[in-house]
Amino acid sequence: MSENHFQPKIVAFFCTWCTYTAADLTGISRLTYAPNVRAIRLMCSGRLDPQFVLAAFRHGADGVLIGGCHPGDCHYQQGNYKARRRVELLRAVLRDLGVEDQRLRIEWISASEGEKVQRVCNEMTEELRGLGPLRLEHPQRQAVEPAGAGEAR
Amino acid sequence: MTKPKIAFYWCASCGGCEEAVVDLGEGLLAVVELVEVAFWPVALDFKRQDVEALDDGELAAAFINGAVRTSEQEEMARLLRRKSAAVVAFGSCAVSGGVPGLANLYESRDILDLVYREAPSLQNAEGTLPAEESHVPEGELRLPSFGASVCTLDQVIDVDYYLPGCPPPTGLIASAVTALVDGKLPPKGAVLAPDVALCSECPRATTKPDKLLVQAFRRPHQALIDPDLCLLAQGLICLGPATRAGCAAACPGGNMPCTGCMGPTSNVIDYGAKALSAIASVLDADDEDEIAARVAEIADPVGTFYRYSLPASLLHRRVRPATEEKEEAAP
Repeated sequence: MSENHFQPKIVAFFCTWCTYTAADLTGISRLTYAPNVRAIRLMCSGRLDPQFVLAAFRHGADGVLIGGCHPGDCHYQQGNYKARRRVELLRAVLRDLGVEDQRLRIEWISASEGEKVQRVCNEMTEELRGLGPLRLEHPQRQAVEPAGAGEAR
Repeated sequence: MTKPKIAFYWCASCGGCEEAVVDLGEGLLAVVELVEVAFWPVALDFKRQDVEALDDGELAAAFINGAVRTSEQEEMARLLRRKSAAVVAFGSCAVSGGVPGLANLYESRDILDLVYREAPSLQNAEGTLPAEESHVPEGELRLPSFGASVCTLDQVIDVDYYLPGCPPPTGLIASAVTALVDGKLPPKGAVLAPDVALCSECPRATTKPDKLLVQAFRRPHQALIDPDLCLLAQGLICLGPATRAGCAAACPGGNMPCTGCMGPTSNVIDYGAKALSAIASVLDADDEDEIAARVAEIADPVGTFYRYSLPASLLHRRVRPATEEKEEAAP
């Protein structure tokens, strides 16, 4: 195997009705998956504000995973479709900003699909390991403050 | 009693903000009655030395427009900060980066190459690039350095108030100056504009459907725009729902969709993310391929949603791939 020991951080937003329950099932079934994923429970994938994704990246996430109910199965009828549209548009923006498509993934995982949580989390972790860390720049000026530059003349 | 002193300055900007001050018209005379303009390079013959000669904090307020990229802009911003009791970020560029902020999609080296070496209209056989130092028979010439990215004013200095807009609406400028003179200032950090969405003052708002759904997005030149109907309902990407009010819906009033120059309301951290969220929500498509097709029709997504705010956004600029970074590593 490669000598790549980079441990990507993945922030996962899982809807409480399907994917979060599935992640619970993964644990109950004693299936292990990469510890790189930090799951955050949302009531619905439709609650996902694109700002959450960008804030996760800004605070050090190398990837963001979104999990919702299968199309047609949303507890609130339309939420997962809303998430799908937002993620697609956000991806278009991120692509132009140099953020690779693989860093933002959306998956439909029903409450009974514990092994899919395991598979998706492991897959994404490996993919991001290959991609390397996401290096965002801080907006602060890098130039040295021209101390006393005003008085110099 | 001496009149309070104020200063105007421009950094990376187009001059439209200065024009907006002049647009006060006769109202400008009333402003000059109340304050003494101590520095305004675009209109009055004061020099940097005149600002340096002031005591620290002697200026009641400095209105600084434009984003910050060069070392000169940064120095002037810091100088004015030291000399001013209050600094107002004036206009979208100072508030959130503005249109010049879209330069953060590119590397500074690529910008210089395009402008000085590759542009088809150029005659520059020697491939001369601007240099910070050049030696000529008369001596040494110096230019300001060209920063790695465009910054908002508050990424460089402490800012007291924000006056957004491209340019800020004259009504808001007048009330900001009056508030400063009267000492009736809002808490530090306030945006000197209403904290509601633009739709609240849009004359077309009454025609906005309760359930707004759009089959496909169109650009203004692709549509015969109905002058009364909600622009979003006509399939135009109008960012009014995500944008702060204060301009009396000038663009929708002129039959053009809102492009978001007033920035977000106070609960939003990243304007572009919120704006794209609003637009994605009205798209009438559930199927994956259909959504992808509609999204692909949006020309220049970053320029559409971050037209005035890329430097202020959570990502700040385009991410450099790891390979490019190695080349740039040497400072």
